[in-house]
Amino acid sequence: MAIHHGRGFASINYPIGMNLGGDPSQALVHSTPDGKFKVTLSSIDLGQGIKSVGRQLAAETLGVPVEDVFVDTADSDTGPHDMGSFASRGTHRMGNAIIRAATEARAQLLEAAAEELEVDASDLVTDGRGNIHVRGAPSRSISVEATATAAQFNQGRTLAGRGIFLVPLSEVDSVTGEMTPVSSFAHAALIIDLTVDDETGEVEVQNINSAYEVGRALNPRLVEQQLIGGAWMGVSHALYETTEPNYPERSHGPIDFNHYLQPGPGDTVPHHISVLERPAPDAPFGGKGPGEMCANPVLPAIANAVFNAVGVECDSLPITPEKVLRGIRANGGARPQGRPGA
Amino acid sequence: MNAEYRKDLFADERSDDFDIIGKPVIRQDILGHVTGRSKFYDDHAFDGLLHMRCVRSPHHHARIRSVDSSAAERQGGVVRVLGGRDVPVNTNTLLSLINFGRDDEPLLATDKVGYVGQPILAVVATSVRAAQEAVDAVKVDYEELPHVLDVEEALKPEAPIVNEEYPNNSFDYFDTYDHQKLRFGDVETAFSKADHIVEGEYQMSPIEQAPIETCGAIAAPETNDRITVHTSTQALFFSVGVTAKQLDVSSARLHFIGGTVGGGFGGKVDSHHEPLAALACLATGKPVKYMWDRAEEMQVGGPRGGERWRIKDGVMRDGRIIARAFTGFFDAGAYTRLSSYAVQKSTGHLPGPYSIPNVASNVYCVFTNRTPSTAMRGFGITAVDFAIERHMDKVARAVGMDPIELRILNAYRDGDMKAHRREAKNCALIESCQAVAQKTGWRLSADAARASSKSGGGVGALGVIPETVTDDEGRIGERRRSGLAPEPFSGQGTRGLLPEGHSSNNSSAFGNAPQREDMEAEIERLGFIGAAGVPPTPQGPMDETASSARPIAPSETAHTTHPAGARGGPSLPAAYTQRPASTINQPFAQPPAQAPGTPAAQQPAAAEAESESATTHFQRGVRRPGVSRFISGSRRR
Repeated sequence: MAIHHGRGFASINYPIGMNLGGDPSQALVHSTPDGKFKVTLSSIDLGQGIKSVGRQLAAETLGVPVEDVFVDTADSDTGPHDMGSFASRGTHRMGNAIIRAATEARAQLLEAAAEELEVDASDLVTDGRGNIHVRGAPSRSISVEATATAAQFNQGRTLAGRGIFLVPLSEVDSVTGEMTPVSSFAHAALIIDLTVDDETGEVEVQNINSAYEVGRALNPRLVEQQLIGGAWMGVSHALYETTEPNYPERSHGPIDFNHYLQPGPGDTVPHHISVLERPAPDAPFGGKGPGEMCANPVLPAIANAVFNAVGVECDSLPITPEKVLRGIRANGGARPQGRPGA
Repeated sequence: MNAEYRKDLFADERSDDFDIIGKPVIRQDILGHVTGRSKFYDDHAFDGLLHMRCVRSPHHHARIRSVDSSAAERQGGVVRVLGGRDVPVNTNTLLSLINFGRDDEPLLATDKVGYVGQPILAVVATSVRAAQEAVDAVKVDYEELPHVLDVEEALKPEAPIVNEEYPNNSFDYFDTYDHQKLRFGDVETAFSKADHIVEGEYQMSPIEQAPIETCGAIAAPETNDRITVHTSTQALFFSVGVTAKQLDVSSARLHFIGGTVGGGFGGKVDSHHEPLAALACLATGKPVKYMWDRAEEMQVGGPRGGERWRIKDGVMRDGRIIARAFTGFFDAGAYTRLSSYAVQKSTGHLPGPYSIPNVASNVYCVFTNRTPSTAMRGFGITAVDFAIERHMDKVARAVGMDPIELRILNAYRDGDMKAHRREAKNCALIESCQAVAQKTGWRLSADAARASSKSGGGVGALGVIPETVTDDEGRIGERRRSGLAPEPFSGQGTRGLLPEGHSSNNSSAFGNAPQREDMEAEIERLGFIGAAGVPPTPQGPMDETASSARPIAPSETAHTTHPAGARGGPSLPAAYTQRPASTINQPFAQPPAQAPGTPAAQQPAAAEAESESATTHFQRGVRRPGVSRFISGSRRR
């Protein structure tokens, strides 16, 4: 009886945004009289961070400090329509809507500043620290706050913007399946190192190495949060989870976390991530949204690593110790395949 | 845990000069979250809050003979017992909001139940305990019916009908077929030319989204005859739309508040709680909470559905995959929910991130007597990626090749034609493979290490839409009548041939243009540099379509000019592209919406009449009664 080491690989791509389009998102941006901007949405923040990413997108586009922007979501009386937070669409669809809304508000902001400075709006730039100045002449400047106050109380001008982003609905051909599913794809490649105990059938993941291509990491900490958590969700899906352990029979379905198995905090393993950024032309600042895809390569990479370790084909999920043991026995013992890529 | 940013890769397409983008800005909501002060839906307190529990089916499949709730109604604390007849529009399908599919699921079952846990009555009481005790006191007389739990069993002629709206146990695509087809090239001929055939079957069991916060909603009367609903929904306006439809109230009376949710992962899209809580609120005039406990979340809430995928590959000795066929089954459970959509999403994903000149798939949305499945992270993709990537390793073994080198050899590159007839762009699979290999010391051949997504794509056969063999197999009802096998081209149906370059539509993948010029951001402020990074003109000519300016060579040339060096392997034998014209009919016309020959077998008369009215009355752009216009006015089939 022995512990066998295995290494497995998988690579995937992931479609960004709701399949076939037809899923609009709207955003509204407006300024208070002292130059603080509110972004009003009906997106849902499930923990993925759409409020924070939306805030960054708005602040960058407006050219104002991020502290001066606040995202308000989701109230159907105030937030304009959005299809929802699913299908890796939040950042892509709502992000584009926010950029448009913020662009319109920025145009109003620069026009109001131009009136105060008695210059042409097209000569003005923002410094990202709360000031607007003439391009090449930083001393001819006015603060965003003073501009907003002037716009509200002197000029009678709104500093507001509206944005909508809609990918038109694609047809699907009934005979060929021709369609325009999405416009951009995120990518991942992942290597799992694990051990298999040929006496118990237990699989223990030791190490994850990954490369995720996300278009642009709009907020690196949020990207890492998604990738680390998502990859671990993939480990859980591959090795532990099911609501129907005897699928397709429905018996012995778990009803709590004592019986619905998931790894705990003590089971986490080192995960080394490489983030690649090939910006997608139609995505906000090129960012694709890493949320959904991160678990996907983990499942097959684990199954491939189990095969590498003991020579058992695990083609049904989850890969339980029972399945591994039965496979080892059917083969007449463990059949280590040797380290790949050596 | 550590992360490195490979800024060196694709640096020529990107400017990283930003104030805020790309910076680790702290989350806007983090202080509230880590101090436990963020308000989730269940953190809204109301005086006199009522609670709801449901009477649920103990059977996989049963007719409801009678329901007796009289004892329950007399119990202490019980305020109201609601049944299907109290719901103004009891039957709905989630995607009616985008006009996709027919209403097939009751909010509360009235005459039959299709799965264990299906709600029949909703009891509203002053406490959860009082509600649960009343639930236990309800007597339901059931007549058990035969049930089916396996997707392939469900497609057999003798299987019981799970869902009367779809009496063949499969979702109807285009009012014509019992599955979604993908046809690209000619898999049958390519299989006959391949050096190896590699086959496999892959199965994913249902899993639970497992959010920390269970699904739910609190509906409370608001002043001015409105209802405020605090909800855990992932899609606020989906929930507004479903509630307005099922309660038959104007959405002007609905005020939905959400946006701060304790994890969703896809399990909070079904909009089941809001209509029930709002209905109870309307019926009692009191605030009502309907919240799942953990057991309901795990066994009654829609899981990620089971999926079964079979893959057959035709592979050349050098590792090049020349043909790939899929047969996929989505286990929808008893009702459609979102599974019909996932089938199309998965079809658009095939054959994975690889360029394969011949691809075919049949994918089914199958009804079985289990909890309806729904969305979950990676919906429509996770299981097929598991299947594809397991299969790629088997292919690598069959040809004796390094598994990463096999992926790189077959990886899609900019300019390649994808099986859904759109050109691949912005690819980065090869670089991802190289990056992870490099840092783990996985040694790649010089060719594989040198390959790039940006070069060598769109060459020869891989750059064009090939001449494509089609078929008309699997019309609605045919399979259940004749026992037709589910695989593509498994029957004796009429074959058609579509010419090289054929494209039936050119829908844009890119967004609409900004409605006013001043909403259009300057490209340089968005961080794109270089020609490859310039966004397309919104709504401009869609060069991702088949009718692009890229020259399409005559088929023989296209198949034989594939340079051996560019992709490290020889092209397909020219002979395989030749198909005797005599064996092939002309491409058949697109079947009419309701083909005269659509079999009525297995389809009860009433259902047939209804489906007919569905096709005649609910055409594209036409308002369907009871359908919210929140989301889309155009019909998706």
